Amino acid sequence: MCTPMPERNLVQAVRDALYEEMERDDRVCILGEDVGRKGGVFKATEGLQQRFGAQRVLDTPLAESSIAAVAQGLALEGFLPVAEMQFADYSFPAFNQIVNEIAKVRYRSNGDFACPLVIRAPTGGGVRGALYHSQSPEAFYCHVPGLKVVLPSTPADAKGLLKAAIRDPDPVIFLEPKKLYRAERQEVGDGDSAMLPIGVATVVRRGADLTAVTYGYMRAVTLQAASRLSADGIEVEIIDLRTLRPWDVESCVRSIEKTGRVAVVYEANRSGGWGAEVAAELAERCFASLDAPVSRIASPDVPAMPFSPTLEHAFMLNPDKVADGLRRVARY
Amino acid sequence: MPTDAGTLTREQVLDAYRTVLRARTLDDRRFVLNRAGKLAFIISPRGHEVAQVAAITALQPGRDRFCLYYRNFAAALACGFTPEELMLSAFARAADPSSGGRQTPGNFGSRRRGVIIGSSTVGPQIPKAAGIGLALKWKGEGALCYVSFGEGATSQGDFHEGLNFASIHRCPVIFFCENNGWAISVPQPLQVAGPGVAERAAGYGIPGVRVHGDDFFAVHLAVQEAAERARAGDGPTLIEAEVLRLQSHSTDDDQRAYRDAAELAAESARDPIPRMRAALMQRGWLTAEDDASLREEVGREVERATEAAEAAADPDAGSLGRHVYADA
Repeated sequence: MCTPMPERNLVQAVRDALYEEMERDDRVCILGEDVGRKGGVFKATEGLQQRFGAQRVLDTPLAESSIAAVAQGLALEGFLPVAEMQFADYSFPAFNQIVNEIAKVRYRSNGDFACPLVIRAPTGGGVRGALYHSQSPEAFYCHVPGLKVVLPSTPADAKGLLKAAIRDPDPVIFLEPKKLYRAERQEVGDGDSAMLPIGVATVVRRGADLTAVTYGYMRAVTLQAASRLSADGIEVEIIDLRTLRPWDVESCVRSIEKTGRVAVVYEANRSGGWGAEVAAELAERCFASLDAPVSRIASPDVPAMPFSPTLEHAFMLNPDKVADGLRRVARY
Repeated sequence: MPTDAGTLTREQVLDAYRTVLRARTLDDRRFVLNRAGKLAFIISPRGHEVAQVAAITALQPGRDRFCLYYRNFAAALACGFTPEELMLSAFARAADPSSGGRQTPGNFGSRRRGVIIGSSTVGPQIPKAAGIGLALKWKGEGALCYVSFGEGATSQGDFHEGLNFASIHRCPVIFFCENNGWAISVPQPLQVAGPGVAERAAGYGIPGVRVHGDDFFAVHLAVQEAAERARAGDGPTLIEAEVLRLQSHSTDDDQRAYRDAAELAAESARDPIPRMRAALMQRGWLTAEDDASLREEVGREVERATEAAEAAADPDAGSLGRHVYADA
């Protein structure tokens, strides 16, 4: 390449994906709270209303159920809406629309209707957001056949997967780890070359001693933990799922067949988290290869992340906690 | 009583009357089949038929969109579903055009007819219709979205969210509430604060109209005027049609357990179908002879539909996993 690719952080990559898809296809439209003149509370839609107008970038009333419902109505009429929920915590008023309506349109009509749309929402904690701006609700949506759930952790993955989500024929819940919005910048491609397939994991670190399956902000935390184990001579192979439903079982199985050990690292509380499903599936698939029990490294089962920095720190996984968990699996 | 036929022709009204008779005859047949153990679950439109058909007759199936709810059996017929198709749905057969036997009867859907597939939760179609209305406004082809629901659904937050959104954006939507006074066993005084549903339109700055649901011409006129407003870009209308629930909520309910026997008897005596027939006869559009032969014809049609649906194939068990996603 003669011209270097631009460096982008994750929220800029999201915005670029929206911009490119809106340029490419005039059926693509955006709706949500504060997405217009303000450009979104995290600036994910900055400048888009100025470029594409107030119809295609629509400020809605503060009412999540109707945001999801209106998006569904637009999708049923052939538009390709990208709805923003200001925080994933605030998607619950739309839960019935997402789970009972959007997810089941194709199934309940026996294939007569389809509902291709994207619902974007910032997810996860570590930003002093407290109980209602920090939750990781991916398991609720992963539990629903009919939905696809994507949770990228790098700018390039966010852009490539959001473009794929917008072009996907089915509804996609697109969760963006808000702690990573401005964490890292990397070179990100343009146009179709930036596209990434939904449902494919990536190996982000090679290692022979144990496998860590993770996603979202925990990718970065697990990478730091792995460096510490490396100093002790333990090499961790890290898989970033990127898509949670459908998720890339085969990539995980291949790695575990090599390492014989696996921990699933996820930010949501431990019980019933999506990592619990990943752990169960891998235990079934890999039993004969395993030298240690499949382990979960996750947040405690308290209702949500508190505001106090002391309590927030106590809740969040960090490289120390993840390293401890990985060591236990390595030494079992 | 406003019984002016307006622009309606004799042929149109007789067609509507036939649809009303079809709905009632099919429904009676479904109840017999339910009691015989052949149909698992039915929701009856009994008492709502005239209002439903009057409303749809004022619209343009094939051009407009329809978000129906589970009591809209007669409305579905008016939208173009055939008696056989509705019987296929009652028997949960593979050829049920709405869902191939996946949903309970009453969740109507047909993309080619503009009937948006329903679900069984109460009220989600109301803001969905606002979104469809927004899309139709953007397309600018003069089509509108009709959405119907019972008064129980007006307690849901989705009722407010849908009316608020559609009113802000002046979406071409007709909100049609079929108020029969009962949400299963909960009566209107425990369901709807204030004088009624129509008055709520004022809060959204849109017209609210209350109409007698047993008056075919009055309902038709109200919907026709709402349609004219919608197509002219003047936004949504909320219509409250007062109707009677002459049957229990569903085949799993028995309203005699919670409703006064004298009240039920009085309501039965006010069945809207004889009233529609009388209005047609008074106008000289129908004779007793015509009526008898029409009923006979509809009876035979229902018989044929029942036989065909009963003999039709069940869905293949292997199809359980189809249509979860586009690629399966």
